[in-house]
Amino acid sequence: MQEEFVPIRVTVNGITHHMFLEARRSLLDVLREDLGLTGTNAGCEQGSCGSCTVLLDGKSIRSCLMFAVQANNHEVMTVEGLARNGKMHPLQEAFWEQQALQCGFCTPGFLMTAYELLRENPSPGEEEIRHALSGNICRCTGYHHIIEAVKAAASTMSQAAAVEPSDTVA
Amino acid sequence: MKPSRFRYFVAHDVDEAVTLLAEQGEEARVLAGGQSLMALMNMRLARPAALIDLNEIGELAYVREWDGGLAIGAMTRDASLERDMLAAERFPLLVEAARSVGHPAIRHRSTVGGSLAHADPAAELPAVMLALDAEFEIRGGAGSRTIAARDFFKGYFQTSLAHGEVLTEARVPRLRSRAGSAFLEFARREGDYALAGVAAVVALDEDGTIAEARLGLCSVGPTPVRPQAAEALLRGQRPGPGAWAAASAAVIAALDEPPSDIHGSAGYRRNLAGVMAERALALAAQRAERNR
Repeated sequence: MQEEFVPIRVTVNGITHHMFLEARRSLLDVLREDLGLTGTNAGCEQGSCGSCTVLLDGKSIRSCLMFAVQANNHEVMTVEGLARNGKMHPLQEAFWEQQALQCGFCTPGFLMTAYELLRENPSPGEEEIRHALSGNICRCTGYHHIIEAVKAAASTMSQAAAVEPSDTVA
Repeated sequence: MKPSRFRYFVAHDVDEAVTLLAEQGEEARVLAGGQSLMALMNMRLARPAALIDLNEIGELAYVREWDGGLAIGAMTRDASLERDMLAAERFPLLVEAARSVGHPAIRHRSTVGGSLAHADPAAELPAVMLALDAEFEIRGGAGSRTIAARDFFKGYFQTSLAHGEVLTEARVPRLRSRAGSAFLEFARREGDYALAGVAAVVALDEDGTIAEARLGLCSVGPTPVRPQAAEALLRGQRPGPGAWAAASAAVIAALDEPPSDIHGSAGYRRNLAGVMAERALALAAQRAERNR
């Protein structure tokens, strides 16, 4: 039936795509299967685990709880949008340095959630970090190294911003 | 783990939504924030034949002054409500409760109207609206009607909304002067559905006694619960530990059917609701004393 397919225009990590999609498909599946952006992971598909977190118009959302057709005329940023010119984002560097991942499945969700946190609050305290990350589940690390990584990234990013107050760390 | 097929329509205003809903028949549903409906559809616990998407209806996203109280558009996101200055000034209870809904990534999509119409008894806003004596505006093919929160919630995920009707606004009447409020809940993980949650409003008289106390409980029955016996016994009392303990006992006595599951037995939830009510009342009274 005609209404089951919908034409959309969506910008993902700065690239605009025109797509013709079945309405029932989640943003998560379209990112992964149609655009090949497999960094965003499908965990629980009911909004509990946070591994599919992406930014929609700059705000974190669960890509499993939004139909892709609803992203029509919106901007999406996935974990693939973090690195610039082949250089990892300070958050990614910090996750690497602090061993904030083991299997890595949850990591993209944590990175996007932490990215939003540091944009709104460049030097969060530990409680604030824990609060912000409470919607993301990690079954390997026990969270401590993740918290340390976010602290380290915050410190790196604020130092970089002090040296060069342009957009080099964004 | 994938939704079944459905016909998809974007509504641009409430009239269009109501028309589409009527045209698409009994198996059509409206899509608000989707944070509950889409999870149910992913699991195929819900299989609507058509979805009418309300997300493009900008005119339904607002928090505005209403007769000394507040009118909230159905498509107001929980994230907007929790940051709203007018809501924070008039009904800090709404802001406190909105902050308890899921996690930030959920609240960026979830809506006030969606939570009320979905009527999950574990959800925060239905219990808060019940405690605030809110009323809801509903639009259908035959026009508009208004219904009190106390008449709206009928059972697990059941409301008085008929097929073809859309909840468009929640209105919260002004509180007495010298009122304070608090929302407290207990969940195993921050942001998860509470095992028990309590909204409390306490208004004090000039002589410092309790003019009015109201409670709304979530997660302890098939609907949000308003324990009227507990409220009645607080009227005219002096605020303090004795009064809160008596109210707590009345709350526990009033709950006959809390759910029982792996996370907590019915008895545990009943007792937890009593404890949370005691704490929420004490905090609400403390805040009332700070209001002139």
